[in-house]
Amino acid sequence: MFEITVNNRIIDAEPGETILSALSRVGIRVPTLCHMAGMMPTGACRICIVEVEGEDGLVPSCSYPVREGMRIRTNSQKVINARKTLIQLLLSNHPDDCLYCSKSSDCQLRSLAEEYGVRERTPKRKFREKLKDITSPSIIRDPTKCILCGKCVRVCNEVQEVGAIEFVGRGSRTVVTPAFNRSMNISSCVNCGQCVLVCPTGALTEHSRLEDITNVIGEHEKTIVIQYAPSVPLSIAEEFGLKPGADIPGLLNAALRQIGFSRVFDTSFAADLTAVEEAHEFVTRLESGGALPIFTSCSPSWVKFVEEFYPEFLPNLSTCKSPQGMLGAVIKTFFAKQAGIPASALYSVAAMPCTAKKFEATRAELGRNDDPDIDAVITVRELLRMIKLYGIDFNALQPEGADSPFGTRSTAGKLFGVTGGVAEATLRTAHKLLTGRELKSLKIESVRGLDGFKETTLKMGDREIGVAVVSGLGNARKLLEEIRDGLHKNLKFVEVMACPGGCIAGGGQPFSTNPERIKARMQFLYALDQSEHLRTAHENPEIKRLYREFLGTPGGDVAREVLHTTFAPRSVYL
Amino acid sequence: MNNDKLEEILNRYPPSREHLIAILQEVQEAEGFLSREAIVRIAARLKLATGKIYGVATFYNQFRFQSSGKYHIQLCRGTACHVKGSSAALDCLERELGIHPGETSADGLFSLEVTPCLGACGLAPVMSVNGEIHSCVDEIKIKTILTALRSSAAAGGDEL
Repeated sequence: MFEITVNNRIIDAEPGETILSALSRVGIRVPTLCHMAGMMPTGACRICIVEVEGEDGLVPSCSYPVREGMRIRTNSQKVINARKTLIQLLLSNHPDDCLYCSKSSDCQLRSLAEEYGVRERTPKRKFREKLKDITSPSIIRDPTKCILCGKCVRVCNEVQEVGAIEFVGRGSRTVVTPAFNRSMNISSCVNCGQCVLVCPTGALTEHSRLEDITNVIGEHEKTIVIQYAPSVPLSIAEEFGLKPGADIPGLLNAALRQIGFSRVFDTSFAADLTAVEEAHEFVTRLESGGALPIFTSCSPSWVKFVEEFYPEFLPNLSTCKSPQGMLGAVIKTFFAKQAGIPASALYSVAAMPCTAKKFEATRAELGRNDDPDIDAVITVRELLRMIKLYGIDFNALQPEGADSPFGTRSTAGKLFGVTGGVAEATLRTAHKLLTGRELKSLKIESVRGLDGFKETTLKMGDREIGVAVVSGLGNARKLLEEIRDGLHKNLKFVEVMACPGGCIAGGGQPFSTNPERIKARMQFLYALDQSEHLRTAHENPEIKRLYREFLGTPGGDVAREVLHTTFAPRSVYL
Repeated sequence: MNNDKLEEILNRYPPSREHLIAILQEVQEAEGFLSREAIVRIAARLKLATGKIYGVATFYNQFRFQSSGKYHIQLCRGTACHVKGSSAALDCLERELGIHPGETSADGLFSLEVTPCLGACGLAPVMSVNGEIHSCVDEIKIKTILTALRSSAAAGGDEL
């Protein structure tokens, strides 16, 4: 530890760290565009430049190491002017259709321009319009708005290790694009949307379905229903400034009914259903043979990742549909019949913290009679826009319950929102199935927390169950390679979430990669699990009823037909 | 490209990323261009994303992604040639051939490439056809050369 001087203030710095890291520790803000916390700096955008006494030019604080006694100025006139020039240059070939840009209010380039008082296009350069790629059901790529910061490329290559997009070409002609300039829908992109979360501009956005939905809400021929994922009410609450602990799903139910949805369902119920069905599948494989370890299949990006990169592991994937897929199927079968509405007159919407769920809903297997089970998927960001569009005042709402027959959920289903939650929920039920008894402590501490890789062994009766919980596809790739090399022989159950941290940090969440916020969401889910009584999926009375009245037994014929799906290898350029 | 040939090139290098450029150069040398198949196989061998290989290759002017035409035209865009009007020459070539640098005409006759200095600045602007240098090219000269090449090809001949 030594001292450096910043803006005439003395602060501590660690040998080997960068100027930016020392500054952010004491709350001195320096603007960044290409910086990614916890990753090697690239110094691509130069917006974080600062003045260091004795240096000839300005230095990028994100990649410049501190030195003892260094004297730094972060906002001298020279620094401010240089940053302003950089912003002007970035804007000189950037479209100025901010009014119409879906990233407008979240655009980091736009806010920097505002902060630095850039109020006219100078130098006046014409921008070269590049083709917009709207082929993916999940992600829209608009290279004209790309500032080539490289964050999407890095998150795709270094965090997810998918490598679907890359810099192609050189100089002003550089574009971030899939291999051979082909479109996103036929690339190896798994639709996780982590690139959308890190993109500072409108170059990467979700493929919005909001307009399709608002069009249907006005129609009378269709009955429109909606389901929302376990983590959705949490982030909605944050956006409306509600205190954690308010009856958030209750308020969301009320809001969605005011918007015009005839039925509002909580996907957490279907998460319970997934836990029960998957626990049975797991126990069957344990007892009568079948591919082990079983891999969870809730995360559609992970499923596509296996189909593309590791087809030899497809038999290990649980054949269970995701909670969205299960509820979608049950809505268009059981619910349609019960409510006396033909499935073709139902318009089923899902609000998800996920861009890949948009892709999942388009999978041909997930529907009946050429009609998809889920008609449209929106992200949390689109849901927020929708709530504003319909003028809903959250503070004036009274909490309401979700609609029956899927109105009750256990906290196990709710835990699906965080990495480790699917494992915890499923293993609670698996323990009951294997031993006839509930787990002594329902809380399975060893699968909790935001670590990208957790491994543990649980004792269930006389069995030792090796469990791994992985989040982030880079970590998943590592585990698969190790399993292929003959390691992890004792593993029986593997949960994988494509997004680091799970759905609470999903690619469809509001644009804030603030780790504190993600931690708060996790803690909220754990606290909820501690505070309620119904903590296992198999004890959920509405789940029992659904099996009694419709599905029969878990893994039985009807359940297999409605709740299970198939996977197939995909041939794309890897 | 012949699979054995590609295999032979790949086998001569340890499968690590620092050999990428050398491999790309050898493959292009053997094949005349970098085919999708070759890029996919190089990616698989080096355990890199196909997009990464394509990204690296497109960074360099040297690499082509279409097979060369019967007549491969290289136009120098070095400083001296630029001063002497190679920009107008490039416009003329693009217009006459209907292709951009890096592309091959639909009839497979011509391919176009812009190169850095060819080292014949005294003859600027310089263009080469299958390695044969043409000096002081302007619009008229280019049109004459292209007409000659076209009629030569139509007559089934290989030479100018």
